[in-house]
Amino acid sequence: MSEFEPKIIAFCCQYCAYNAADTAGSMRLQYTPNVEIVLIPCSGRFDVILALKAFQSGADGVYVAGCLEGGCHFLDGNIRAKKRVVYLQNELKKIGLEPERLAMVNVSASQGPQFAAYVDEFAGVVKGLGPSPVKKQLAA
Amino acid sequence: MIICERKPIDEIKGFIAGKKKVLLVGCRGCVTVCNAGGTKEVEILAALLRLDAQKEGVELTVDEFTLERQCDPEYVDELADLVAKGYEVILSMACSVGPQFLSRRYPKERVFPSLNTCFIGGALAHGVWAEHCQACGNCIIHNYGGMCPVSRCSKSIMNGPCGGSSNGVCEISKEVECVWHLIASKYMDEGRLEEFAPIQPIKDWSKSRDGGPRKIVREELVK
Repeated sequence: MSEFEPKIIAFCCQYCAYNAADTAGSMRLQYTPNVEIVLIPCSGRFDVILALKAFQSGADGVYVAGCLEGGCHFLDGNIRAKKRVVYLQNELKKIGLEPERLAMVNVSASQGPQFAAYVDEFAGVVKGLGPSPVKKQLAA
Repeated sequence: MIICERKPIDEIKGFIAGKKKVLLVGCRGCVTVCNAGGTKEVEILAALLRLDAQKEGVELTVDEFTLERQCDPEYVDELADLVAKGYEVILSMACSVGPQFLSRRYPKERVFPSLNTCFIGGALAHGVWAEHCQACGNCIIHNYGGMCPVSRCSKSIMNGPCGGSSNGVCEISKEVECVWHLIASKYMDEGRLEEFAPIQPIKDWSKSRDGGPRKIVREELVK
């Protein structure tokens, strides 16, 4: 049986994390290919329903990547996103889905190496958790 | 507005246990404004229930619909075609008036409340609501600097503050400000303390809940 390769959706702010991914690319940094990046205009655009739909569609992990705290282009979009992530982690826990499958990370546009390292770290966490129980049922 | 809070997901899951077809009905009234049961909250709860069912490998269809208001029969009527499709459970995401109106209009359906109706209040900040009215039926806030001692005083006393008021905070919790402190401070700040000094008469509670469920009939509006 082949090793489990998680499917991860990353909602990345266009001002920081998305550019950090670009920076990582420009620097030819290698990181796990399991992540699919979705551009959002600010991490404050992140809504719990986006993550829920990702999980429903078979994502094994979802994370939101916003600017460093204090560095949001819209002042507090990343703080709001973080609160939504914490809220949804609690809801996921209540329905028996591991809250670790959802995360929030803060990176600046220049932090390509940190972005790449985080992708690997999060992918490792999700790999450790195994396939999403939702996905298992979808495949059945 | 009426402030509500979603019931714990486990309680809602209990309502639909073993059921395969569920209709989730939101309301565009108060519960939309207090982010408890509008279109968005309906979408989120439906997604959570679907996700839970998917996880468990259980077949579950959750349809969503949000009415203009669930407390007016003409809007509740709009649900007729959808209800006719046949649902095992209807979950109402309105204040407790909503599920009661749905049950009355569709008596064969099993209707459950998805929200807990908490109080009549207002938003102190985005995401923070506080009780400001207890629907006593006889508003007297003009005698109290525009503040309601019935709903905002823990003891609903008409002549306060009591001995439990300390530094503007109620003895029951540091989170509860003493409305009597606010009332007295306001009159003092305005230099009108003498207007406030008279002992307020005993409140007429006859229009409150004492006479059982209340009803208002406006003849000029009745067809």
